[in-house]
Amino acid sequence: MTESPTRGPRVGLFATCLMNVFRPNVGFSAVKLLEDAGCTVEVPANQTCCGQPGYNSGDYDAARALARQVIETFEHYDYIVGPSGSCMATIRHDYPVLFQDDPVWLPRAQALSEKAWELLSFLTDVLGATASDSHYDGTVTYHDSCSGLRGLGIKGQPRTLLGEVDGLRLKEMEDSEVCCGFGGTFCVKYPEISEKMVEDKVKNILATGADTVVGGDLGCLMNIAGRLKRINAPVKVFHTAEVLAGLADGPGLAGAAKESD
Amino acid sequence: MTAAANAREAILNSVRSALRRGPLDDTRRAELDARRPRHTRPAQDEELVARFIRKFESRAGTTARVASRADVPAAVEAYRVEKGLPARAAVGAALKDLAFPGLEIHHEPAGISETMAVSQALAGIAEPGSLMMASGPASPITHNFVPDDHVVVLDAGAIVGHFEEAWEVLRARPEGMPRATNIISGPSRTADVEQTIQLGAHGPRRVHVIIVG
Amino acid sequence: MEIRSNEFKQRAVFAIHDASLQQALGKARGGFVGKRAQQAAELPEFEQLREEAKNTKNHILDNLDHYLERYEAAVTAAGGHVHWARDAEEARKIILDICKRVDAKTVTKGKSMVSEEIGLNEALIEHGMEVVETDLGEYIIQLAHEPPSHIIAPAVHKTKDQVSDLFEAAHGGPRKTEVPDLVNEARMVLRDKYFRADVGITGGNFLVAETGSSIIVTNEGNGDLTQTLAKVHIVTSGIERVVPTLDDATLFLRLLARSATGQETETYTTISTGPRRADDLDGPEEYHVVLVDNGRSKMLGGRFKDMLRCIRCGACMNHCPVYGAVGGHAYGWVYPGPMGSVLTPLIKGLDNAYDLPNACTLNGRCASVCPVKIPLPDLLRELRHMQHQQDITPVMQRRALKVWRYVATRPKLYHALEQVGARFLSAIARNGSIRRLPLASGWTDVRDLPAPAGRTFLELWQGKRGQK
Repeated sequence: MTESPTRGPRVGLFATCLMNVFRPNVGFSAVKLLEDAGCTVEVPANQTCCGQPGYNSGDYDAARALARQVIETFEHYDYIVGPSGSCMATIRHDYPVLFQDDPVWLPRAQALSEKAWELLSFLTDVLGATASDSHYDGTVTYHDSCSGLRGLGIKGQPRTLLGEVDGLRLKEMEDSEVCCGFGGTFCVKYPEISEKMVEDKVKNILATGADTVVGGDLGCLMNIAGRLKRINAPVKVFHTAEVLAGLADGPGLAGAAKESD
Repeated sequence: MTAAANAREAILNSVRSALRRGPLDDTRRAELDARRPRHTRPAQDEELVARFIRKFESRAGTTARVASRADVPAAVEAYRVEKGLPARAAVGAALKDLAFPGLEIHHEPAGISETMAVSQALAGIAEPGSLMMASGPASPITHNFVPDDHVVVLDAGAIVGHFEEAWEVLRARPEGMPRATNIISGPSRTADVEQTIQLGAHGPRRVHVIIVG
Repeated sequence: MEIRSNEFKQRAVFAIHDASLQQALGKARGGFVGKRAQQAAELPEFEQLREEAKNTKNHILDNLDHYLERYEAAVTAAGGHVHWARDAEEARKIILDICKRVDAKTVTKGKSMVSEEIGLNEALIEHGMEVVETDLGEYIIQLAHEPPSHIIAPAVHKTKDQVSDLFEAAHGGPRKTEVPDLVNEARMVLRDKYFRADVGITGGNFLVAETGSSIIVTNEGNGDLTQTLAKVHIVTSGIERVVPTLDDATLFLRLLARSATGQETETYTTISTGPRRADDLDGPEEYHVVLVDNGRSKMLGGRFKDMLRCIRCGACMNHCPVYGAVGGHAYGWVYPGPMGSVLTPLIKGLDNAYDLPNACTLNGRCASVCPVKIPLPDLLRELRHMQHQQDITPVMQRRALKVWRYVATRPKLYHALEQVGARFLSAIARNGSIRRLPLASGWTDVRDLPAPAGRTFLELWQGKRGQK
């Protein structure tokens, strides 16, 4: 790994599990956006999961084990930034709760919590970045992911940035703040309820006439994309970062082509 | 100890043990008794009578305004004729000083076939635009709920800004709290069938306020 | 009421395929949410009031024993009687004893969730009394022999056609089909009951220690007719509903109607203090309050104390997408939606309601509208934690968590498995997605799985940056 020429803050990129496996393009988009905004980006190889699946399943011990790993891996960076409201809300809000009775780990959890940012919110709220150099041809509707929206207050930031993208028309859907029915393991434990919820979400997306839906969490986006594909609705699905970075080619998650080696 | 006393002590003890403490000492109790909360009151910048009328009418209530108490019977009669109601009414004894010529009246509780009642309000609350009725020998509770038409006399000077001021009116009564303090904000309504708002669910179908002064 | 919360999954699926229910839920959802949002927007102090309401409730709960004693003394001074019930059975017995003593034949009831919680109607009917629910929604579901599906709109799951059928069967024809005619028909039938009633039972939204009063809030006026025309008025209420003063009650009144139905105020706010006075012309001759614990005092001690702030407005279920999809009956007991998913396992036992805390996406919309700021998702997660600790969680899930923890705390192994997974999924994909994946049918039964491109981000990154 070589050092980037820029002298901005040193950012450790949190490569979320879903991004790592399903959508590496989101990771490259995040790196591009961060570097364009003047950051030095590193991707520590020792990272895995933030621990949220354990936490939300009630296995707090497992969540703590993962949290300690994340803290150790990222605490020496200026910031830990990830392209997911969900994972970053876990690090920001849940880590200090998990270690509230642990005098050794609590200060470390709090210190990491204070420098944990979701990508879009970091770009705007911390770095004051703009998206004036980006271009995207299409009508886009934005889905508010619940963790980002309610956990981290992400609502205006992505809309502001998307609004600056040349050629992009933003069209709001009805109930953009209502859960899409993903909910981590919820979607496989209660598939029928999840189906009803994602069906409502997809109806609202289609009603806008937008050709693209974007959002800030791959869990939601995979759920929405999977449903769109199942009903053969030709709507492209991208992470907001892909659009902003100018790396939103093809149909996105709604049918990513195989990697051409 | 009786079963009832047992239950009482058991619940209070369970509360205390959950709170990890014994009974509060006298000093703490005195502090709690002396507590006078000052919660946020929504700001108002409107003349009280105007606000009362605007709010009350926003919920399908109707109002009329007269100059003096002597004008009340004529205003009641005008309302009765306009609605085509029978010439009879249950009238609270609080309005005993007024004559209602042409109207067959009584001061008893409202019976099942009562068509109209006329009552005196203790106060109006401008904040939500509501009437405050205090039950007593001169203002039976049934008058507020049984007839289809309820006409309420409200002195303009008895309209206060916020709920808290209305409570002061209650606290100032020498006879203390009435059995029923009815805060009424318009005609009875329901939305229990398909969220469709329908007036006159169980209580009055119409509530008309005559503001005096 | 018998608990059927462990049938949640089956009942939820049934509900999703019930066309009438889906029609009724669809109508309700938009109305409540939009009206509440409008009320919140029109009151600049709304958020401040929520914060004050939370703090005031916490103060009350910290001193609950004192305020309950003060309340009891004030009720007694006003000529009323306070009864204490440790559990549902004691509460039923207290009320039955009063009813039997006055030889009650007809009992009218205003809406009371506590009376549902203690299974009161069944007990009264068993003893030969006629029990008449007078809230229109409660009346409708009583005719249908169903429990409420919502705490403030008990018949929200019924369509107008279904109400027409129920009324026609109960009252005899001619069949009414329009809302005004249906409401009027119920009005006429119930008037007669109010005037005949021996005992009137209502809930209590707030119990005021300062004055010894109970407060109910209604739109219909049924609670007032119930408690005024009967010879005896009985209030059933949870011990946590006490407030120190009328001014404290006001704080919650400002939030209740706005959060519940999206009204600035409901039509009737009634403060009841003692029985009729010596020279009063109407009102009940006796006034009783039954304070029900039923698990509440235990909740005070731990993480679930926050739940005791609940003022039963129903905003959480109105904003819950899961409730919106399945309705209230799927939850299988008295309290549905997010608040019910916390309360039911606590009152009826963790293992009697396994699904309730789990059937939630933790999206947080409920907490964002709760007028007393109950952190409902955190409480639901805490229940999952208790289930996990007590081994109530299914074995498969516990095993999966163990494996996941083992792998995820070993980055090299984790990455290797991710690489295998990415390649495998990529290989079986067609046109960028996977239609069926045997071990993940929960996912692929209802949607495709977007396929990975083949190599993981970490692999690609190390390749690219390594070359630089």
